[in-house]
Amino acid sequence: MVEHGRKMINLNADVAIIGGGPAGLAAAISAHENGAKNVIVLDRNSWLGGILPQCIHDGFGVEETGTSMTGPEYAEMYIKAARKKGINFMNETMVLQFDKNRKIIAVNKKGLHEIKAKSIVLAMGCREKTRWNIMIPGDRPSGIYTAGVAQAFINLYNIMVGKNVVILGSGDVGLIMARRLKFEGANVLGVVEILPYASGLPRNVVQCLDDYDIPLYLNHTVTYVKGKERLESVTIAQVDEKMNIIPGTEREIKCDTLLLSLGLIPENELSKNVKIELDDLTGGPIINQSFETSLSGVFACGNCLQVYDTVDTLSMDAKVAGENAAKKSVKQNKFINVKAGKGIRYVVPQRINEPGKIHFTLRVEKPCESPTLHVISDGIELLKKKLPWANPANTVEFDIDISAEVVKYKDLEVILDD
Amino acid sequence: MTDEKKITCIVCPIGCKILVKIDGKHFELVDGNKCKRGIDYAISEALDPRRMLTSSVLVKNGEWPLVSVKSSKPVPKNKIVSVLNEIKKASVNAPVKSGQVVLNNVADTKIDIVATKSIKK
Ligand SMILES: Cc1cc2nc3c(=O)[nH]c(=O)nc-3n(C[C@H](O)[C@H](O)[C@H](O)COP(=O)(O)OP(=O)(O)OC[C@H]3O[C@@H](n4cnc5c(N)ncnc54)[C@H](O)[C@@H]3O)c2cc1C
Ligand code: SF4
Repeated sequence: MVEHGRKMINLNADVAIIGGGPAGLAAAISAHENGAKNVIVLDRNSWLGGILPQCIHDGFGVEETGTSMTGPEYAEMYIKAARKKGINFMNETMVLQFDKNRKIIAVNKKGLHEIKAKSIVLAMGCREKTRWNIMIPGDRPSGIYTAGVAQAFINLYNIMVGKNVVILGSGDVGLIMARRLKFEGANVLGVVEILPYASGLPRNVVQCLDDYDIPLYLNHTVTYVKGKERLESVTIAQVDEKMNIIPGTEREIKCDTLLLSLGLIPENELSKNVKIELDDLTGGPIINQSFETSLSGVFACGNCLQVYDTVDTLSMDAKVAGENAAKKSVKQNKFINVKAGKGIRYVVPQRINEPGKIHFTLRVEKPCESPTLHVISDGIELLKKKLPWANPANTVEFDIDISAEVVKYKDLEVILDD
Repeated sequence: MTDEKKITCIVCPIGCKILVKIDGKHFELVDGNKCKRGIDYAISEALDPRRMLTSSVLVKNGEWPLVSVKSSKPVPKNKIVSVLNEIKKASVNAPVKSGQVVLNNVADTKIDIVATKSIKK
């Protein structure tokens, strides 16, 4: 086939992995260890490690290795291991699409590539929510960045984003950027959070805000942004329990920069394109216990599956996905659903089609002390577990032995009693 | 003089607020920790708070303009500003190897500043 005067380059792979972040790297290593000889990792960046090279703070790998590494160090550990195994990396290669027969179309400087893969692992990561996801009214000046874009500017390209900064959203990326900006000489005027609690880890609230006397405005939001060319001010206001703005609490803060740390959305344009079923609650593909999506032979892991709290659990799960991708996929025609019931925001996996010991990850809806977790199938309680506490910022994990009987008939429901 | 201090424990994600009394070098736990691990943390945080420091240093002639760095050990909190000032003044020639010492005994802390990434020419 000839496209723009260039030949289509044809390749074959046992396992093709889309995305070379920590998820893609862990999946690649594990697929190789489990017998896949020809593993190809495709990434649009010129580097490997995904978002990690810009996460220069420490705290990565604690659960996995017992030492706290920085993002670049954690990435380096996986890149080295993957290189040793002779995995094929194709950097500066953008995947445009793949089809139901697992034929991938990708493009790089050499031209268009068609890669026929026995299995595919999706590891595209996530992207950040923007101003338009939450509809902040006002002007459209420059000086508004997502926290991750600001992080890349400052930590990779040595470009400072502004002098007087307000941060909207108290997720970890936003908290870490508050400290980073302070280190680089900016005035960080405050972090504004609509919820009554910070969404980032207490550790980051203490070490990124409290240490530098950066105020955290809980139950507050930005109601207006003003500025002709560059941002001139933001208006913040208090909200009530129903998140309605309380009139009369508005306050204008002069600033030239607003960072948005509003949360992450799994990146799944490629999945949507081939009609892989997505879960509205996670934003990622619906998977079974083998990390296989609704499209046979296509697996998902990392932040494009669900937004993980730590890279450690992300990598561990990605290894399981890689292992399964190296093996044959299970016939998908019969399965039971796993439903997120009362008090539960989401559960992964969402489907089960084989009995055995199954690892579940869930997020609760709101913070609570000593709740009880129940897993129920057709009126029978399969698991009852008392938790010391639960918080939406931290996933809850547990294992259950699922019998062949259960898989045959009954959906599972997970609920939280507080 | 006795000081009362509220310390947020960061050992686990619960983040207990631990109330302590400090009188010079004398430490007394008042309340708030849900487990024993919080005690050690509260003692060190009350008497000798330290932080791991990460930042970046300018690179000359490298494929990237910056190299990410960390302190080889946690830095006493009251030294953070002077350590950061030295990091800002520093620069290093490419190539840089991850693990390479970029600044020795930074700000007289007996702590080094170490590269966390390799940068090619
Ligand atoms: C801005 C930001 C900051 C973060 N900071 C932290 C932090 O401080 N601590 C922490 O634990 N976690 C942090 N995270 C979460 C972090 O994303 C995960 O820890 C981890 O990096 C996710 O790994 P991943 O492999 O799933 O995704 P990523 O690291 O994002 O990797 C995905 C890769 O897929 C590639 N890709 C996507 N689509 C295509 C395509 N069509 N073709 C080719 N390549 C493609 C991307 O270029 C990227 O390299 C942060 C996330 C973001 C977005
Ligand atoms: S005191 Fe114990 S339970 Fe409380 S935050 Fe510290 S480690 Fe966690």
